[in-house]
Amino acid sequence: MLDFWFFLEVLVGGLLSGTMYALVALGFVLIYKASSVFNFAQGAMVFFAVLSFVGFMELGLPFWAALPVTVGLMILVGMGTERFVLRPLVNQSEDTLLMATIGLAFVIEGVAQLAWGVDVRRLDLGIRDEPINWVMDKTGMLVSQLDVTAAAVAGIMVAALALLFSHTKVGRGLRAVADDHAAALSIGIPLKHIWMLVWATAGVVALVAGMLWGARSGVQFALVWVALKALPVLIIGGFTSVPGVILAGLIVGAVEKLGEVFIGPFFGGGIEGWAPYMLAVLFLLIRPEGLFGEKIIRRV
Amino acid sequence: MNISAILQSSQRAFPVGAPILELDSISLRFGGVKALTNISFNVLEHEVRAIIGPNGAGKSSMLNVINGVYVPQEGSITLRGERLAGMKPTDAAKLGIARTFQNIALFKGMSVLDNIMAGRNLRMHASFLEVALQLPRARREEAESREAVEEIIEFLEIEHIRKTPVSRLPYGLQKRVELGRALAAEPKILLLDEPMAGMNIEEKQDMCRFILDVNDHYGTTIVLIEHDMGVVMDISDRVVVLDYGKKIGDGTPEEVRSDQNVIDAYLGVPH
Amino acid sequence: MFYREAGQFRTSYAQDSQIFPLRQDRVGIIIMLIAAVMLPFVANSYWLSAILIPWLVLSLVALGQNILMGYAGQLSLGSAGFMAVGAFACYNLILRIDGIPFVVAVALSGVCAALVGIVFGLPSLRIRGLYLAVATLASQFFIVWALDKFGWFKNYDPAGVITAQPIVMFGHNFATPREKYWVVLAIVAVLALLAKNMARGSIGRGWMAVRDMDVAAEVMGFSLLRTKLQAFAISSFYCGVGGALFAFAYLQTVEPSAFGIDLSFRILFMVIIGGLGTIMGSFLGAGFILLMPIFLNIFFHTVFGKSVDATITSALEQVIFGVMIIMFLIFEPLGLARLWQLTKERLRLWPFKH
Repeated sequence: MLDFWFFLEVLVGGLLSGTMYALVALGFVLIYKASSVFNFAQGAMVFFAVLSFVGFMELGLPFWAALPVTVGLMILVGMGTERFVLRPLVNQSEDTLLMATIGLAFVIEGVAQLAWGVDVRRLDLGIRDEPINWVMDKTGMLVSQLDVTAAAVAGIMVAALALLFSHTKVGRGLRAVADDHAAALSIGIPLKHIWMLVWATAGVVALVAGMLWGARSGVQFALVWVALKALPVLIIGGFTSVPGVILAGLIVGAVEKLGEVFIGPFFGGGIEGWAPYMLAVLFLLIRPEGLFGEKIIRRV
Repeated sequence: MNISAILQSSQRAFPVGAPILELDSISLRFGGVKALTNISFNVLEHEVRAIIGPNGAGKSSMLNVINGVYVPQEGSITLRGERLAGMKPTDAAKLGIARTFQNIALFKGMSVLDNIMAGRNLRMHASFLEVALQLPRARREEAESREAVEEIIEFLEIEHIRKTPVSRLPYGLQKRVELGRALAAEPKILLLDEPMAGMNIEEKQDMCRFILDVNDHYGTTIVLIEHDMGVVMDISDRVVVLDYGKKIGDGTPEEVRSDQNVIDAYLGVPH
Repeated sequence: MFYREAGQFRTSYAQDSQIFPLRQDRVGIIIMLIAAVMLPFVANSYWLSAILIPWLVLSLVALGQNILMGYAGQLSLGSAGFMAVGAFACYNLILRIDGIPFVVAVALSGVCAALVGIVFGLPSLRIRGLYLAVATLASQFFIVWALDKFGWFKNYDPAGVITAQPIVMFGHNFATPREKYWVVLAIVAVLALLAKNMARGSIGRGWMAVRDMDVAAEVMGFSLLRTKLQAFAISSFYCGVGGALFAFAYLQTVEPSAFGIDLSFRILFMVIIGGLGTIMGSFLGAGFILLMPIFLNIFFHTVFGKSVDATITSALEQVIFGVMIIMFLIFEPLGLARLWQLTKERLRLWPFKH
C-alpha cells in the first residue's frame, strides 16, 4: 500500500536535493558557454571552495570576511586555469580539453587536501537539519528545514544568474562569446573580462553549492562525487540551456530518491549511486541533445 | 597549355560509354532550407563530369547525395540500372564509389602510407583474430594491399613522404594523399570535391594531370566539383551547372560556356 | 652509436612492414623478454608481488584502455568496471566448473567482459566525447553496484568479498610469487603481441580512421557500428583479463569496491601519461603511475629522514599526476612513448642533429 503523504515526502526531498544538483550543473553550463570547455573540475572546485571557506573560518576569520576571501581565491583559481590550462590548449579537441580538466580536478583536490588536511569538517550555517514542525503537524511529512533553506538559496541563485545572463550587458556579451569567440572579439566584446567574470561567478556558485551540501553532510572529499551527479543533469538538460539544467536537476533529484525508496529495497538499496547516470544514458539514446539543447546538424 | 586538346587528339583507352549513374529529380532539404531542388542529370561511364556553380549552389550537397552522406527527400539514384534507396556512405563505398572532401578529411594521426592503406579497407577481409594472430590470409592481404598502395604512391609521386604523418604535410600534398586514399579503393566512380581549391598554378597542373591519368589509366569515371572555370573547361567532358540548388545548365564545356543562364549566374544578374 | 640502421636494407614490402623493422629493436626486445623471464632469479618476492606483477597486470589493462581511447578515440571512464567483470567471472568459472584450467578461465573471463563491454559500448554509436564518458561512468557505477548487491557473484560470502582460488594449470599449482609472475608475464606478453599486430594492421587502421575522421572512414566503407563495438569488445577483453589477473595473481582477496572509479581514473592517467595510441606507452604509463608513489615515499624518507603521513603523500601524488596530465596534454600529447621514440630517433642520427 503506497502512502500518498510518504510518496510526497520522498518526492519533495528529491526535488529539494535536485535544486542543488541544478546549482552545481549551472557552474558547468556557465563555463561551457563562455569557453566551450566542459570543466570536469567543477566538482573539485565545489570541494575546494567550501573547504577553503571553512579553513579560513578556522584560522579566525569571521563569516562575513571569509566569504569574500574565498570568492577572491576562487577567482584566482579560475584565472590560473584559464591562463595555464585552457589557453595553451586552445584549438585542441573537445576530448583533450576534457582530459585536461580531469587532470585539473586532481590538482585542485590534491591542493585542497595539502592546504587544509583531510579531516571531515562541520559547517554550521545556523539552520538545523530538523523537520519543519507545522508541515509535520499538518501532513505528517518530514521535510528538513535545512533542505528547504538550501533549495531556496539555490533557487534564488539560479534565478539571479538566469536574469543576469538574459538581461544585462554582460549576459549579452557572454551569449555572443558562446556563439562565436572570434566574432565576439571582432565587435569589441572584451573576452578576457567576460572570462574572468564567468570564472568568478562559477567560483561563487561552487562555493554556495559546497556550503549547502557541506552544511548537510559535512565538508569532506565525498562532495566531489556528489558534484559528479551534475554530469547526468547536464546531459539531460542540454549543455547550453539554463532552464533545461534546472528542470533536469529536479528530475534527477526526484528520480534518484523515488527510485531508492520504492525500487531500491528490492535490490538491497544503493541504486541512487547509478540511477542518474543510467537515466542520462537513456536520454542520450532517445534525445541526445537534451531537454532544451539545440539540435546539432553535422555538415560535411 | 591546353590539356583538352591533347586529350581530344589522343585516342582514349577507355572511350566514354553508356550512363553509369543517373540522378532523377533529386530534392534535398535541411529543415526548411532547400539545398537541392528537382535536379536530374546522368554520368556516363569513363567520362569526366564536372559540377560547377557559384558558392552555395549546392555542389557539395550533390556529391554528398551521390555517396549517401545525405539522403534526399525526393528523387532517385540509379547506378548501372539498379535503383539505390536509403543508401549510406558504406553502401556507396561497396558499390565502388570513392571520394575526396572539400576540406581535407585525412586521418590526421596516421602516416601517408596508413591513410592510403585505410582506403583499401573493403579489399581486406581478415577478421581481427586473423590479424592478431597474423594468420596467412591477414599477411597475404596486407602484402597485396601494400603492393597496390605502393603503385599509387609511385603514380602520385609521393614516395619520399610515405611514412610522414599527414598532419605535417603542406596543403597541396595532403590533397594528393587524399586522392591516393580514394584511389586505393579501386573505385568505379571517383567523386572529387574541389580537388584544386587553394592550390597554386603548378599544383593545379599536377592535379589536373593526375586526374586525367587516373581516368586514362584505370578508366575511372570522375565527377568533380571545381571553381576554376579554366580547369573545368580543360579537363571535363561534360559539365552540370547549379545555382541556388537548381540545375541551370548541362552539356559540353563549349555549350555551357555560351549558355545565357550560366553567364547570368556567374556575372550576377539581379533575380 | 650502436643504434644505426646503416647496412640494413629492406628489399620487400613484407620486410618493411614487419613488427620491428630495425635489427637493433628486434635484438632489444628479445633481450628484454629474456631479462623479464630471468628476473625472478634476482628479484625478491616483495618486488615480484608488490611491483612487477601489478605493473604487468595494470599495463595490460592500460593497453585495453588505450585500444579504446588511444586507437579508437572513444573516451572511457569505466575500465575498472570491466576489470571487475573479469575478476568476478574468473572466480565463478573456477568455482562452478570443475577442473577448468586457469588460462581457459581467464580467457573466458575476458570474453564475459567483452560482452558487457559491447552492451555498454552501444551508446557510443550516437554519442562521443563527454557524453560517452558519462555513459561509461554509468557502466562503472552500475557494474560495481551489481556485483556488490547480488550475493550470487560472490558465492554468498558473508563479508561480501571473494578469495581467489589457487592458480592451477596442467595439474600444477602456481603458488609462489615467482610462478605467478611467470604466468602473468606469459599472458601479458602474448596479449601485447596480439595487440601490436592488430594495431599495426587493418584492424588498427580502422580504429584510427574512426577516431580521426568518422565521416571519411564511413566513406571508405568502414562500418562505424562494427569498428566501435569491436574496439569496445577487444578493449574490455583486455581489461577483463587484467581484472582476473589483478584478483588472482595480485590481490587474492577482492571486494567489488576495489574496482571503483578511482582505479578507472588511474588507468586513464596511465594511458595519457604513457602515450595515447601506443602499445609501449601502456607499459611506461602503468610503470610510472605505479612507481611514482613508491619513489615519493623513498624521497621523503631520504629528505626528512622519516615517513610522511600517508594522506599527505597521496594528496601530493594527486597534484603531481594532475600536473603531469596537463603538461603532457599541452607539450607532448603522445606521452612517454613519444619521448622514448624521440630519443631513439636522436640516437639514430647522433651525433648529427638532423
